[in-house]
Amino acid sequence: MENAGIKPSRRRFLKTAAKLAAATLGTTWLKSSRVLLYGAEPEDKDMPWYGIVFDVQKCIGCGRCAKACKEENDVPKEPFFFRTWVEQYTVRNDGSVNIISPNGGIDGFEQQVPDEDIFKSFFVPKMCNHCSKSPCTQVCPVGATFESPEGVTLIDEKYCIGCRYCIQACPYGCRFLNPVKKVADKCTLCYHRLRKGLDPACMEVCPTGARMYGNLRDKNSKIVQFLKEHTTQVLRPHLNTGSKLYYNALSSEVK
Amino acid sequence: MEPHYQHLFEILSKAQGYIFPNEIDLQWGILIVVYPFITGLVAGAFILASLERVFNVKVLKPTYQIALLTALSFLLVATLPLISHLSQPQRAYEIMITPHLSSAMAIFGFVYLWYLMVVLLLEIWFDYRPSMVVWANEKKGVMKWIYRILTLGLSDISPKTVEWDKKLGYIITIVGIPSAFILHGYVGFIFGSIKANPWWSTPLMPIIFLFSAMVSGIALVMLIYMAISYFRKKTTDLIVLDTIGKYLFFILTLDFTLEALDQVHRIYEAEESFEIIKLLVSGKLYLTLFVSQGLIGTIIPLVMLAFLQFYKGRIKLRKSLYMLVCILTLIGVYSMRWNVVIGGQLFSKSFSGFTSFKLGLIGLDGTLMAGFWLLLPLGILAFLLWLLPPWKMVEEKEQPVS
Repeated sequence: MENAGIKPSRRRFLKTAAKLAAATLGTTWLKSSRVLLYGAEPEDKDMPWYGIVFDVQKCIGCGRCAKACKEENDVPKEPFFFRTWVEQYTVRNDGSVNIISPNGGIDGFEQQVPDEDIFKSFFVPKMCNHCSKSPCTQVCPVGATFESPEGVTLIDEKYCIGCRYCIQACPYGCRFLNPVKKVADKCTLCYHRLRKGLDPACMEVCPTGARMYGNLRDKNSKIVQFLKEHTTQVLRPHLNTGSKLYYNALSSEVK
Repeated sequence: MEPHYQHLFEILSKAQGYIFPNEIDLQWGILIVVYPFITGLVAGAFILASLERVFNVKVLKPTYQIALLTALSFLLVATLPLISHLSQPQRAYEIMITPHLSSAMAIFGFVYLWYLMVVLLLEIWFDYRPSMVVWANEKKGVMKWIYRILTLGLSDISPKTVEWDKKLGYIITIVGIPSAFILHGYVGFIFGSIKANPWWSTPLMPIIFLFSAMVSGIALVMLIYMAISYFRKKTTDLIVLDTIGKYLFFILTLDFTLEALDQVHRIYEAEESFEIIKLLVSGKLYLTLFVSQGLIGTIIPLVMLAFLQFYKGRIKLRKSLYMLVCILTLIGVYSMRWNVVIGGQLFSKSFSGFTSFKLGLIGLDGTLMAGFWLLLPLGILAFLLWLLPPWKMVEEKEQPVS
């Protein structure tokens, strides 16, 4: 090229390119990147941070938890709406699995598989996992579902618009649309009872102590001791939901 | 017992395998099938309009305004099935006032408004302004005032100003193309980002949504162009059909490839959810996926379009084939939306069973209502074509020099 200097058009191009690069780099520093990377963090370190343990070995499938929950929390009695329920898993000798939860276990269970075909059978209680990176909270378009400072996932029923995106986002099937209130509904860990120093209804009525909750931040709490002494597992760990519901003696068939 | 519960008891008796007790009822029904279908038509129609403008495909000029007005008609309706589906529709405004930014759904209102106000309305306004000024001068009575209001009082149609209209319109089209991509790719992201649902959760979802959107939008504009020519007793220009047909052929091929890639990947990786999805597609989705979406909506139109690429014989036959291609691809894309939205909710997240879906005829969530939301934009389009007839637009050379 004859002219050693930079052409004005090229200079303009370089300037624009530099500005764009600076703007792109600048935005990466913005805190807004948190919008994509989602997760709740305990805000107040002095508050308890609740976790739950379900001991599969202790559950006898009496369904009292599911019944007590419905009564305590005014959950419609029809067999389509549950904040907690119990499933019966029966692994057959051929490896196939039969799962049932008639009316959430409230009316008890009747074994459908003949005795001679059963390899093993057990009960699994289910409820909201109160995840710390809860997908349901992440997707709520208005922020009607949120996490309390104690790590309990709650819904503001005066704010929920009823889009049901959260119900789609929960991998554990723990949410439903309340047919009376017309808003999303789920387990609150009986937050109203916790605030009064009472245990959640399902845990209070459990005759075998298969359900336990406690402060994960208190290293001397019963729950932390239990987690220390037992090998526990959360459901769907690969989804990285930050579940705080730990199962003891969980069999690999459970989803 | 309330009738709704009765319906749930019926479904409960039809559930197969094990489903979580809260999963009996489908949360999203036909209205949510209609919603991505309509937004797809908007994005697709707009992209077709942009082809003429930005890439200077002169042949497509007769479809430019038709495509823009089609996009606007459908965009005006796009949010209505969504809002009417909410169980608390009176709180819908919260999504605009207090959007929860980590939610993919929260941004929809803003993307929508951006697209409506900044892209579509402005582009149409710049395009029509000189004509509206002329119409305001020609007409009498109410119409005069309507056109005058529509020009927003800017009645200068000197060549220099009209040149500016064109320039600004061009810039908006350039902004509009990525906006159309964002509008519909984003709708795909609403589904694709749900990690709880393996039928939805794929990074390909936004791209698949986008390409199927283009397919449906292009097919719809082609169909409307043919319908308008029929009603105006004008002959449809075969060059226009051939050109749009060529684009449709390429984009449908790409769309098919992407969807096939998604399925091949799913089958080859065969993750945890593979067994239940295999049962889903070979059972409850067999008709809508393989027959309606695959065969009727994709393979047959692809073969016909390929044939039309080299067959230059009987004009009437070619026109009929194009019309059939458009109808079939629209059925195909609608089925695709159905398969995504309804299909994704038929299997339990326990991956151990299925619930069933019974589509009602009446009610807010019924077939008739869905049909209404799909026909309403055509009514709006008819009105817009009457108000802003593309065929009566003032050509540059005819404009009086002021």
